[in-house]
Amino acid sequence: MKKIITSKGISRRDLLKGCITVGAGLAVGAGFVAGSTAVWAMETKHVTPNEMATLIQMSRDIYPHDNIGDQYYAAAVKGFDSAESKDRVEAGVAALDAAAQGNGFANYLSVPWEADRANILRGMEQSAFFQTMRGNLVTGLYNNKEVWPFFGYEGESYSKGGYINRGFDDITWV
Amino acid sequence: MSAKFDLNDDGVVVVIGSGAGGGVLANELAQKGISVVCLEAGGRHLPQDYQNDEWGSFGQISWLDARTTSGDWRVAKDFSGLPSWIVKAVGGSTVHWAGASLRFQEHEFKAKTVYGEVNGANLLDWPIGLSELEPYYDKAEKKLGVTRTNDIPGLPGNNNYKVFEAGAKKLGYKQVHTGRMAINSQPRDGRTACQQVGFCFQGCKFGAKWSSAYVDIPQGEATGNLEVRTNAHVLKIEHDKKGKVTGVVYADKDGNQHLQKARIVSVAGNSIESPRLLLNSASTMFPDGLANSSGQVGRNYMRHMTASVYASFEKPVRFWRGTTMAGIITDESRHDPSRGFVGGYELETLALGVPFMAAFLNPGGWGREFAAAMDTYENMAGMWIVGEDMPQETNRITLNHAVKDQYGLPAPNVHFDEHPNDVAMRNHAWRQGAALYDSVGATQTYPTPPYPSTHNLGTNRMSAKARDGVVNKWGQTHDISNLFVSDGSQFTTGASENPTLTIVTLAIRQADYIAKQMAAKSI
Ligand SMILES: Cc1cc2nc3c(=O)[nH]c(=O)nc-3n(C[C@H](O)[C@H](O)[C@H](O)COP(=O)(O)OP(=O)(O)OC[C@H]3O[C@@H](n4cnc5c(N)ncnc54)[C@H](O)[C@@H]3O)c2cc1C
Ligand code: SF4
Repeated sequence: MKKIITSKGISRRDLLKGCITVGAGLAVGAGFVAGSTAVWAMETKHVTPNEMATLIQMSRDIYPHDNIGDQYYAAAVKGFDSAESKDRVEAGVAALDAAAQGNGFANYLSVPWEADRANILRGMEQSAFFQTMRGNLVTGLYNNKEVWPFFGYEGESYSKGGYINRGFDDITWV
Repeated sequence: MSAKFDLNDDGVVVVIGSGAGGGVLANELAQKGISVVCLEAGGRHLPQDYQNDEWGSFGQISWLDARTTSGDWRVAKDFSGLPSWIVKAVGGSTVHWAGASLRFQEHEFKAKTVYGEVNGANLLDWPIGLSELEPYYDKAEKKLGVTRTNDIPGLPGNNNYKVFEAGAKKLGYKQVHTGRMAINSQPRDGRTACQQVGFCFQGCKFGAKWSSAYVDIPQGEATGNLEVRTNAHVLKIEHDKKGKVTGVVYADKDGNQHLQKARIVSVAGNSIESPRLLLNSASTMFPDGLANSSGQVGRNYMRHMTASVYASFEKPVRFWRGTTMAGIITDESRHDPSRGFVGGYELETLALGVPFMAAFLNPGGWGREFAAAMDTYENMAGMWIVGEDMPQETNRITLNHAVKDQYGLPAPNVHFDEHPNDVAMRNHAWRQGAALYDSVGATQTYPTPPYPSTHNLGTNRMSAKARDGVVNKWGQTHDISNLFVSDGSQFTTGASENPTLTIVTLAIRQADYIAKQMAAKSI
């Protein structure tokens, strides 16, 4: 996916200049988060790029699909970059970072193993912040038509005349 | 030509709801020359409007008015504001239904006699038996064009069915086939054959599946005796000093209220709204709500013992392709207490798209275990479990005065605690389902909990004696002779079969009864 998600049209070279790489594959710059390979980037307006990077990492840890790129997780949490979510995000990320510190890490993004991040999340599973994030992801991630091909799901079929001539009974292994 | 009746016309039959019960009753009465006004809270959506998109379709026509939940069922935790999945549109839930159409078995009409006393269960025999319903089941199967009846061939099996059938045979099940489905396996009744689209739950865009939305309602309208008013939400049923109902108050799409007079009123708003409407119609004469001298209105809420089993395999199944539920095993639907529970259950094929699978596979689940299951989506097969659940007096619809709907009326609260019999049956079915898939090489099986209720039953139940229930064997309320109940809330017990064929059967039979009583001027 060589796609840059930004409204400012920042070039890829500009992007990587002055970025700090955080977490597994995320780079944070002034006002944006990007994939560390700079194939995509997302500008933030209300929350800090670091907060957005944390939300993206948290999303991946909630539903870790290793063949699905960060840009899809970013798309799922983009809506939290709003005036009304700003405070909740700030508090939520602060709580995550505090939990990470309690486990001896600098912050959530610097926890290297997924299992350790998942442990931190499990500790706050009942919180409104976690529940909002998880609930939003169920549709934000899995209802995105662009991720369906990763699951093999074919979506709408009416316009193609259904599957009557397109393999509704094509398996031979049983 | 659709009829048009005056609000002051007190000779009409008012039918509330246009789904399986209301839509069929309205048509059947219209066919007999009786004037009918059908008031439907939702709008009219036809196949061209249906969407091959799970959440899109859900948002388009589901009943999303305020509702609350309580009790120990998992739905109250996972989907607290959405106890059931019901449609608000012309055709009601027959727009979304999958089409599985099974007759009840003889013994299921006599649950109390056959099962005996079950602790905590409010069991009762139906005041009717199979033989009385058989002629009407015949009519209903003809109307719906049910496969494997009336020489209509079965549907072809899709990939999901192939896995299901192979496992069933390995496990030694004898009765497995592609179901008795209200889905055309060949062109019939002016409608095409199933094109294996795979979005049966989202409304059949080809119209191959029976729905009252585009079968019974237009047929009734064509007689000139039926007027359907859409976006007409009934708020209250009125009565006179003699205790006879006289009409209904409804809100139109702009929220303006109207009073439609009536000779007879039939309530068919599905098993949450129907009792709620009777309760919301309380008056000084009927302080506990209409037709509630027994105190049973809203009680004995049943939702079927349900669950699912999904399984992952080494190779692709692509189970979303083709008819959603055309596959059944009926071996377990017998009554055989040696299994540790009374009553029985059916196993039926089921597939969900990625969006619904993510929401329902393990609600609230997350992390690597959940994602790993989703990663195998293409290689999944799935089945739904539907069995008889125990009626319990305390499982009930009540008015929640703390929460109001858009008209300022108290929202319904749906309380449900599982009976130990339900739990034992589910555990048995989960084991059988997993064993079935294991026998054909599943690498992983997932015992999936119930979804928001699609089968809602029992809240205005049928009884021989007025003190045991709300309606008599014709669906006529014991207390008020010109007030009827015409939906699944009449069910005395739930049986193990999907309910809609029986709802339709009862509606056809009720239409005969109402016509006779009207002709005899007894109502
Ligand atoms: C996804 C899904 C799959 C299903 N699959 C099957 C299946 O395979 N086999 C089977 O047997 N059953 C199935 N069902 C169940 C089936 O749809 C219902 O049993 C059946 O439609 C119930 O009929 P009803 O008349 O009680 O209510 P409905 O069909 O739900 O109709 C009730 C109607 O009343 C209207 N209404 C409610 N309150 C008011 C009011 N106050 N004023 C005006 N109108 C009102 C509603 O808008 C609705 O249109 C399925 C259901 C769902 C959701
Ligand atoms: S699979 Fe058949 S019944 Fe189901 S929606 Fe498609 S055409 Fe209709």
